[in-house]
Amino acid sequence: MQVTMTVNGETQSHDVEARMLLVYYLREVLGLTGTNVGCDTTSCGACTVLLNGESVKSCTMLAAQADGEEITTIEGMASSEGVLHPIQEAFREHHGLQCGYCTPGMVMAVASFLKEHPDPTEAEVREGLEGNLCRCTGYHNIVQATLAAARAGALAP
Amino acid sequence: MSTTVADGPAAGVVGTRMRRREDPALLSGEARYVHDLVVPGALHMAVVRSPYAHARVTSVDLSGALASPGVAAAFSGAELAGEWSSPMPCAWPVTADMQAPSHLPVAVDEVCYVGDAVAAVVASSQAEAQDAAAAVAVAYEELPAAVDLEDAASDRVLAHSGLISNRAYTWELVPDADAVERAFAEAAVTVRERYVQQRLIPAAMEPRGVCVVPQPFGGEYVVYSATQIPHILRTMLGITAGVPEERIRVVAPSVGGGFGSKLDVYAEELLCLALARRLRKPVRWSEERSEAAQATIHGRGQVQEIELAADPHGRVLAVRVRLLADMGAYMQLVTPGVPLLGAFLYHGVYDVPAYAFTCTGVFTNKTPTDAYRGAGRPEATYAIERAIDAVARKIGADPQEVRRRNFIPADKFPYSSVAGLVFDSGNYEAALDAALELVGYEELREAQARRREEGATRLLGIGLSSYVEMCGLAPSRVLASLNYVAGGWEAATVRMLPTGKVQVVTGASPHGQGHVTSWSMIVADKLGVSPEDVEVLHSDTAVSPLGLDTYGSRSLSVGGTAIALAADRLIDKARLLAAHRLEVAPEDLELSAGQFSVQGSPSSAIGLGALAFEAFTAHDLPEGMEPNLEASATYDPTNFTFPFGTHVAVVEVDTETGKVDLVRYAAVDDCGNQINPLIVDGQVHGGIAQGVAQALFEEAVYDDEGNLLTTTFTDYLVPAASELPSFSLGRTVTPSPSNPMGVKGIGEAGTIAATPAVVNAVVDALSHLGVEEIAMPVTPERVWRSIGASAPGTGGGR
Ligand code: FES
Ligand code: FES
Repeated sequence: MQVTMTVNGETQSHDVEARMLLVYYLREVLGLTGTNVGCDTTSCGACTVLLNGESVKSCTMLAAQADGEEITTIEGMASSEGVLHPIQEAFREHHGLQCGYCTPGMVMAVASFLKEHPDPTEAEVREGLEGNLCRCTGYHNIVQATLAAARAGALAP
Repeated sequence: MSTTVADGPAAGVVGTRMRRREDPALLSGEARYVHDLVVPGALHMAVVRSPYAHARVTSVDLSGALASPGVAAAFSGAELAGEWSSPMPCAWPVTADMQAPSHLPVAVDEVCYVGDAVAAVVASSQAEAQDAAAAVAVAYEELPAAVDLEDAASDRVLAHSGLISNRAYTWELVPDADAVERAFAEAAVTVRERYVQQRLIPAAMEPRGVCVVPQPFGGEYVVYSATQIPHILRTMLGITAGVPEERIRVVAPSVGGGFGSKLDVYAEELLCLALARRLRKPVRWSEERSEAAQATIHGRGQVQEIELAADPHGRVLAVRVRLLADMGAYMQLVTPGVPLLGAFLYHGVYDVPAYAFTCTGVFTNKTPTDAYRGAGRPEATYAIERAIDAVARKIGADPQEVRRRNFIPADKFPYSSVAGLVFDSGNYEAALDAALELVGYEELREAQARRREEGATRLLGIGLSSYVEMCGLAPSRVLASLNYVAGGWEAATVRMLPTGKVQVVTGASPHGQGHVTSWSMIVADKLGVSPEDVEVLHSDTAVSPLGLDTYGSRSLSVGGTAIALAADRLIDKARLLAAHRLEVAPEDLELSAGQFSVQGSPSSAIGLGALAFEAFTAHDLPEGMEPNLEASATYDPTNFTFPFGTHVAVVEVDTETGKVDLVRYAAVDDCGNQINPLIVDGQVHGGIAQGVAQALFEEAVYDDEGNLLTTTFTDYLVPAASELPSFSLGRTVTPSPSNPMGVKGIGEAGTIAATPAVVNAVVDALSHLGVEEIAMPVTPERVWRSIGASAPGTGGGR
């Protein structure tokens, strides 16, 4: 079936299998491999992208369900000149990543979270990121990065 | 060695909190993990796995799979048996008489755990391969399974039909049996504790993956794998699959965490290689998460008995330990050796005169165990730190005071331990003092007492863990004495390019540790260049042919030292060239910020960049000097390094629900001199989280038939941000005298320290109710029941 959506500002239109998940559409059809897959039970959040500005686990929906919608992936966060988004900068500044596998999903989750909570407490950040697992950082620096990004007024693109 | 509490001196970039150079690629989604590689024409592999813990395979019918859409080929274990030149490798046969069943990548007639491979299918897409794998019809004849570790040790049921006992080996370290007997006979106080180290699933966020690409001519293969050990893997793949080693190139692209689980040689790596050879096409495999739970190694899995003999003041006179260690169904790469990495450390940070350790490795019909973050040292630290608290309870003393009475004194370093090690440097009391201050220990004890007096239902518990660990694996001679088949050195090359830029080639293989950043900081200071001008090449055996990879907190103290030595050799050569150009004696030159200048006449100088160009053009070199500025070093450490510290966990325990909240956590670690304290912090944070996870959340649960019940993140509870607090970190700095930079490892320390700190805290909260032990993970139900069992009427269960 034909699906058409805007991904990182560009219109994409492809013929895909009805059962294709959004995450595989992004990774395999569009070659946007920044979005990772960490589980098969929609538990880890590695695949988080923005759907019309709100975070969604792209392994929980079909590509077909995103037809006509606007998707932002990690590749759409930095400027076209390669300047990192303030959230990405905050992650770098605060060492909010180690192996980096959870990171794209985590950054997208933070982007969506900060839009809803521009001035969060630490406890709100921890609750807000509860759908995204990280095995490396113990979350400490992810939380610090998120709070710093909030202070810098970093909203989603 | 003196201990300081500040971060090390930072004349150059070493010692600063430099942001990581790895991050832009990882943050922008440009980094490539093995699953991201685009390989045209690659076939996707799916593995058919045993649903039984133990069974005879009576037939494998592939016809359904072969008729399935998109399928290129399907093979049973019997059909693949001829592909293997030798069984799956175990590099650590700990005793000469160790028993181990032969382990093939795909089982032929007997499967020994749920997840054991029985057939492999390749198809043009992953979905087609999985559909076809489901169409393979395997007939099994179920056999009784040895599931419980202690039951397996009794040999009631054998885990392998070819073995006469489940007991693989017994390994002992008993320097003086009489001394131990005497100490126990004469002791005023003894404690005898039994702890269970539950099985853990490492759960790196990136599942494993492999892709083998045969090269057009000559039988060569490029193996891309999510591995911690490209070099070891290359050798082992060659031996096991019968491919000459030099025809294999292993590349570990970006790797999404390992924690020991990618320190292994796996069936799927061998399968992809064998199938690529057979089909002459690229073959790839990406692990599913539920598959990872069964087919990637587990960690821990021990039953520990520890006894302490002490005098009336709680001074420990002897430690006696008996372990049963669950090997799982087969020996993987270092399975049998994991308990030995803890064998020397069951007296912990304490000056103990008598010691006895025995470990029996036992096969069960479960996923093989192997190294998981800390590997042996978390188990040892858990046992001694729980047991020292038991001594404190018995004599009615504050646990911090009992620790202090027993610490190896700072003036006894280097310290020859009763178990035969030489601890390089330490100052345990300084770290304890710093940790108690950081957490506000006195106030916490007062608050604890107040809550108890008020009869509060949210009780406060404070748990200490003072640890030392041995890492920086390892002096090759020591490894030899432990029957490990390889060495423990690391290799490095440093070269200056004609433009003055620097290339570093390392045998370490990072998967989140920030080696590119740390290595470039070391070399930047040595050569007076900016870290940005240093390129670090790693994790590709074509680029870095020599190395022993990353595990056991070895990369800095062994691999980093090799780099520092190579840089020094490069400087030695450059000095000769500089002397030649400036027409002075080499001894008259001093090096500062990358410039050689003549002592006393600083205007006469030449920079390393200019010398690199001179060495490259080779127009005017001293007689006999070879062109180019390049040097290599291979460093074999003379000792382990012994990081240490004290962690303090503070919990609130709800006596009505049994719920435990970790409300505060303070950690003071000493890893000697630090290259980048920002990275050290990150290692400690992540380590603590994994240690806390063992204490409170995680367990690989099997049913009586040997089915793994925790195969997803909904059953296996890797903690989320909401379940952990922020951590307060402090550091003392006691340099290691064993290596030139004075560094120690920090990759595992947090995990080693955290688990006993948290469980001690829970027991501390409830000790006045008579609670002395709660099994891990300390779930609300277990807490609630233990309260009820210890003190009926104070709340809690039946
Ligand atoms: S891949 Fe784990 S939640 Fe989507
Ligand atoms: S940085 Fe490795 S999983 Fe989060």
